[in-house]
Amino acid sequence: MATTATPRAATEDVSAFGGPLEAMVEWIGELGVFFWRVSKAMFSHPFEAVEFWRQLDAIGAKSLPLVALAGAATGVVLSLQTRDSLTRFGAKSLLPAVIIFSLMKETGPIITGLIVSGRVGAGIGAELGSMRVTEQIDAMEASGVDPHKYLAATRVLACIVALPLLTVAADFFGILMGWVACTLAEPMSWKLFITTGFHGVTFDDILPPTLKTAVFGLIIGMVSCFQGMRTRGGTEGVGRSATSSVVLSSLFIIVADILLVQLILEFF
Amino acid sequence: MASPTHPDSPIAVQGLWKSFGKQTVLAGLSFELEAGKVTCVLGRSGTGKSVLLKLLIGLEAPDAGSIHLEGQDISSASVKELNETRKKVGFLFQQSALYDSMTIEENVAFPLRRHTTLSDAERGERVHQLLGSVGMDHDLDKMPSDISGGMQKRVGLARALALEPTIVMFDEPTAGLDPITAAEIAKLIVDLRDQRHITSIVVTHDLHTARVIADRLIVLNEGKTLFDGTFDDLNRSKDTFIAQFVKDAA
Repeated sequence: MATTATPRAATEDVSAFGGPLEAMVEWIGELGVFFWRVSKAMFSHPFEAVEFWRQLDAIGAKSLPLVALAGAATGVVLSLQTRDSLTRFGAKSLLPAVIIFSLMKETGPIITGLIVSGRVGAGIGAELGSMRVTEQIDAMEASGVDPHKYLAATRVLACIVALPLLTVAADFFGILMGWVACTLAEPMSWKLFITTGFHGVTFDDILPPTLKTAVFGLIIGMVSCFQGMRTRGGTEGVGRSATSSVVLSSLFIIVADILLVQLILEFF
Repeated sequence: MASPTHPDSPIAVQGLWKSFGKQTVLAGLSFELEAGKVTCVLGRSGTGKSVLLKLLIGLEAPDAGSIHLEGQDISSASVKELNETRKKVGFLFQQSALYDSMTIEENVAFPLRRHTTLSDAERGERVHQLLGSVGMDHDLDKMPSDISGGMQKRVGLARALALEPTIVMFDEPTAGLDPITAAEIAKLIVDLRDQRHITSIVVTHDLHTARVIADRLIVLNEGKTLFDGTFDDLNRSKDTFIAQFVKDAA
């Protein structure tokens, strides 16, 4: 279809589009540099063991109640929703397997990733953003301490370690409450539920989906540390960093999940 | 890069340029500090005084020019070399920049924990000594948010002195403080010079404090040195900007 846009108008259109595109490319480039610096810091001496354990407690242990609750709720909902569908198709006996497979292969990991992205991503983005605007990060750097190592690498590593562990917890509570919901509708022993549900389950069904959450942890840690450490603009900037940490890490987790599922199906 | 005229100068800056976007903050600034003296850098707000300090400690990179800190060319130093040089420099930020997740004691102990092999007992003793030297040897388990601005400045100074630096940089050390507390901070700066022969560079717009502490004054205007001399020279200056600056500060 012929356009009536003049070359000048077309140039203006390109310029108008170029600004956000340029900003996005710049952001990706800076994230890449940040990723490199933090990765290098993670594997170089000295290792910040004390700070790493402190972060593992803050990120992992303190996220456990929320993740467990989310997993439990997911298990109940799965049980209630799936029972009706399976009954219609005469496949009610498959309910335990459907609950367990759904939770372990996909629902558990993705729910854990998104929950932790919300809680931890916002926390890290706000904390490091606040440190940036009050010059605490500058103070650390001025005293000869690399903030990429002390602040970012410890948090990223804690996220990578914590996510698979939290996923196991989410799966456990999901399966447990899925069984409770099942039993309330139609009594079934825990042993029968587990035996039926895990029939045919192999390590390839459990390990890769659980370990893929380490990638989610890498995303949450990197994105929220990056957004926090580049905060500008006072308290408003801190708020923006906290919000963008959650939004961006959630978005990247969803996209990464698509790719990781493809890889898992290909190789396992 | 050109070498400093006086190799023993603890801080030597030559032809320093720095811009942020279209705004030029420093336009070819040059100076060399004398060891064991207090130099105050004055100027209007937004003339690049705080940016100068950040350039000196390597938190920002200059667009052009050279910076020599304790003989080390900062602009060409590796991160490792820069961090080694930074251990010889203490920095007191405008808002003190205390780590708000750590107690007062942990704040002062932080550089000692990172850069020394002191035992817990030795480190604790050193922290007490440092805080005692600034009059803050009490309530060590309080958080920075629990103490006043003046107390935060003292703790910040104790932390800046933890590694026994030969240079200390102060960014508006008396900003936001009442006159009595400002005078106490000024006395601490003078004591560092007289008792420990520490070289200090103090960025401030507080002419009253500068009068008390400065051996030398550098006045910046439009990114360049407008004046470089003693306080008496400043009072005798015929430059209209200087005269206005002195008059408005009185």
